[in-house]
Amino acid sequence: MKTKLIIGPNLYNWDPEIWRDFYFKIADEAPVDEVVLGEVICSKRAPLFNGFFDEVVERLENSGKKIIFSTLAEITSNIDRRLLAKQVSQKNIFIEANDVAALLNINNTPHAIGSYMNVYNEEALEFFAKNGATNITLSPEIPKSAIAELNKTAKNLNIDLEIIIYGRIGLALSARCYHARAHKLTKDSCKFICDEDPDGMDLTTLEGREFLTINGIQTMSYTCLNLANEINDLQKIGIYKFRISPQSKGTIHASKVFRNLLDNKIDKSEAMVLLEKEKINAPFSNGFFHGLPGNEWRV
Amino acid sequence: MDKEQKPELICPAGTPASLRTAVDGGADAIYCGFVGPTNARNFPGLNFSLDEMAKSVLYAHDRGAKLLCAINSFPTAGRTDIWKKAIDDAISIGVDAVIIADIGMADYMSKKHTNARIHLSVQAGASSAESINFYCERFDIKRVVLPRILTVAEIKKVHDAIDCEIEAFIFGNIGMMAEGRCSLTNYVTGLSTNMDGVCSPANFVHYEEDENRNLTTRLGEFAIDCIGCGQNAGYPTICKGRYNATHRKGYYAFEEPISLNLTHLLPDLIDAGVTALKIEGRQRSKAYIKSVVSSFRSAIDAFAKGETPDISDLLALTEGHKQTEGAFLSKKWR
Amino acid sequence: MKSNSHFSNSPFGKQKANKDKANSLKNLLPPLPLFILQPLLNHIVSSVAKKHPELFNRLGDSANKVFLIDPSDLPLFLILQPNPLNPTLKAYNQNEIIEHDTYICGTFATLMQMIDAQSDSDALFFNREIRVSGDSEAMVALRNALDDMEGSLAKDVAKSFGVLSKPVLLAMQKFSKNSGKENG
Repeated sequence: MKTKLIIGPNLYNWDPEIWRDFYFKIADEAPVDEVVLGEVICSKRAPLFNGFFDEVVERLENSGKKIIFSTLAEITSNIDRRLLAKQVSQKNIFIEANDVAALLNINNTPHAIGSYMNVYNEEALEFFAKNGATNITLSPEIPKSAIAELNKTAKNLNIDLEIIIYGRIGLALSARCYHARAHKLTKDSCKFICDEDPDGMDLTTLEGREFLTINGIQTMSYTCLNLANEINDLQKIGIYKFRISPQSKGTIHASKVFRNLLDNKIDKSEAMVLLEKEKINAPFSNGFFHGLPGNEWRV
Repeated sequence: MDKEQKPELICPAGTPASLRTAVDGGADAIYCGFVGPTNARNFPGLNFSLDEMAKSVLYAHDRGAKLLCAINSFPTAGRTDIWKKAIDDAISIGVDAVIIADIGMADYMSKKHTNARIHLSVQAGASSAESINFYCERFDIKRVVLPRILTVAEIKKVHDAIDCEIEAFIFGNIGMMAEGRCSLTNYVTGLSTNMDGVCSPANFVHYEEDENRNLTTRLGEFAIDCIGCGQNAGYPTICKGRYNATHRKGYYAFEEPISLNLTHLLPDLIDAGVTALKIEGRQRSKAYIKSVVSSFRSAIDAFAKGETPDISDLLALTEGHKQTEGAFLSKKWR
Repeated sequence: MKSNSHFSNSPFGKQKANKDKANSLKNLLPPLPLFILQPLLNHIVSSVAKKHPELFNRLGDSANKVFLIDPSDLPLFLILQPNPLNPTLKAYNQNEIIEHDTYICGTFATLMQMIDAQSDSDALFFNREIRVSGDSEAMVALRNALDDMEGSLAKDVAKSFGVLSKPVLLAMQKFSKNSGKENG
């Protein structure tokens, strides 16, 4: 089976022009098969990108990339609910559901399940498959042993499992905006200050150690997930879809490196050297995959 | 509020002795879990063996109280048998409902035990009418435990748009993160809140007090707070710690150590259509259960009679000796 | 995992712990004659173990741990080893070096309230009336195991003294009260 590379949804609040240019560049340069578009984190941000949305979709489609439209990860307020209703009512688009709310009205239409939904076991997998899911991106906290078990079931159900292999890890969601809180504002009065931090806002311990990253209502890892060393293991398990999470630096570079790694044009140590060359200023981690603390790096 | 509207008081129990304390104190229902990873409070020394749970069901039923069994963590592939057995066991000993979070386990239970009541756990994070209706449609859930992120006005709207009962938290610890979707503990310890039922597991928590009584709380390698002498402490969880950000130093980045207390909003919650009022704290002691249960028992009874209750101060039992109405009062909390 | 020396696993440090003691009035008292106290402690442990065997199930692996209990207003330490085969509670003079896994400190009154489930230990911790360090898991397990015991431990212990039960209970209550006052 041909391996597939996917660019996951952009999780940050980028300047709309930078956002547009990023996807134009993905369309033109990134050796990826699919791209996930759509606001996952904050319904207030979604309209910021509306002006460029159609252009971006067109450019990506023209480059032959499949587009997947992601829903919000947390549906609570009326703005969230309206945005969701608009998304799921559109015809002929392929939706990635990131909250159970999205499933109410897309019954049996083929769709994807995103990494913010809880799919930890065979029974959950089977339920989602019977409900029309054809692709499921697993939570990055699921270790190798469980991925292997899940993929056995997925194969029988004829659905694909997708694994996130690169980028900062989403660890938690909240109703409260922590970006706003850091600026003594609230979610409603946020002034969109999350646009100051294209890769999220660093949170260090009182002892000065880098720890977490704040992205609006989301709390992320400080470290950057990198499963270059584990790609072989994943392929042996039978995984063939791999997702890269966008960052301000090195995303297209990473897609090229992983493409070459998947095509056996370079080996994993060469891939590691290349990935170190262009990346955000944070160490790599792969602990979750090995059942270790997620912040750790196992050689 | 007329008598028919009188809501149920739902109380926690981490041990059989706590359960008896809650029943004797006037709880309408008690929620508790089995020993092991099947429930979201998998703490050392806490929870019930099957035999203890069976005896507790009898104790509660003999006194007109219900027992709700929490099987509300997310089994990892390859070990769902433990969770299925817990569900089967709970049904076989006659619990009044099972509180479920995992969609796979909800599916299992709704097919295997068609007449049993499923309550949707707060860990399922169902925070919209759409989400709750999906669970109702597919698994015929009878009640949803709402996440602590909605205002009372929003709860009313949810109530009007769904077909099942609502259970809402009124007192206790408030986790800041959307329940059932938090990997912070796993990021630091390698143990998962969802998969293992642990949040800030005790064997990774270390307290260090210096000569001036400044208390540093450490989870694994990370210092999550440093509490000055004379300051009150909170739970050693990542979301209750203090950190530095670019624009703000040494602040509670997520929330202060504070407890939810909705005493003053009880009439509003009941008017919004809440069926059951829930007290948090399966990890707390009998002394806590005794005083919180009796306070809320008398408060609810007084409200039902149209009286304004004289509510004893529960502040001593709150985290950091602070209480809040959290998200329930206003959107400004967010 | 046992610490090599008295407080290597504890943030207080041996000297610090002794300095704390030195600052308290209680420390002006001569060391207690432990040979009188020890039979009483033996009796407490064996009667509790006999009456509440379920306690050991709740403790799980933590039954093999060593708990150092430090009543901050008394010139002694207590060492609890809740091993189901041979549970022991031993008193030591405060200048002795004792290996332990878990350390808990509070006034005698506070510790008694906690053990007797009269106060919520989380609240005592939030309030910083008790201090803990070392193996937190063992501490939590012990707290939960004790909390599951029905009735009053103090009364049980007193009762186990037969005809002497009333005076023993009164003495314990009086002692606990006084201890609380002096440290309030």
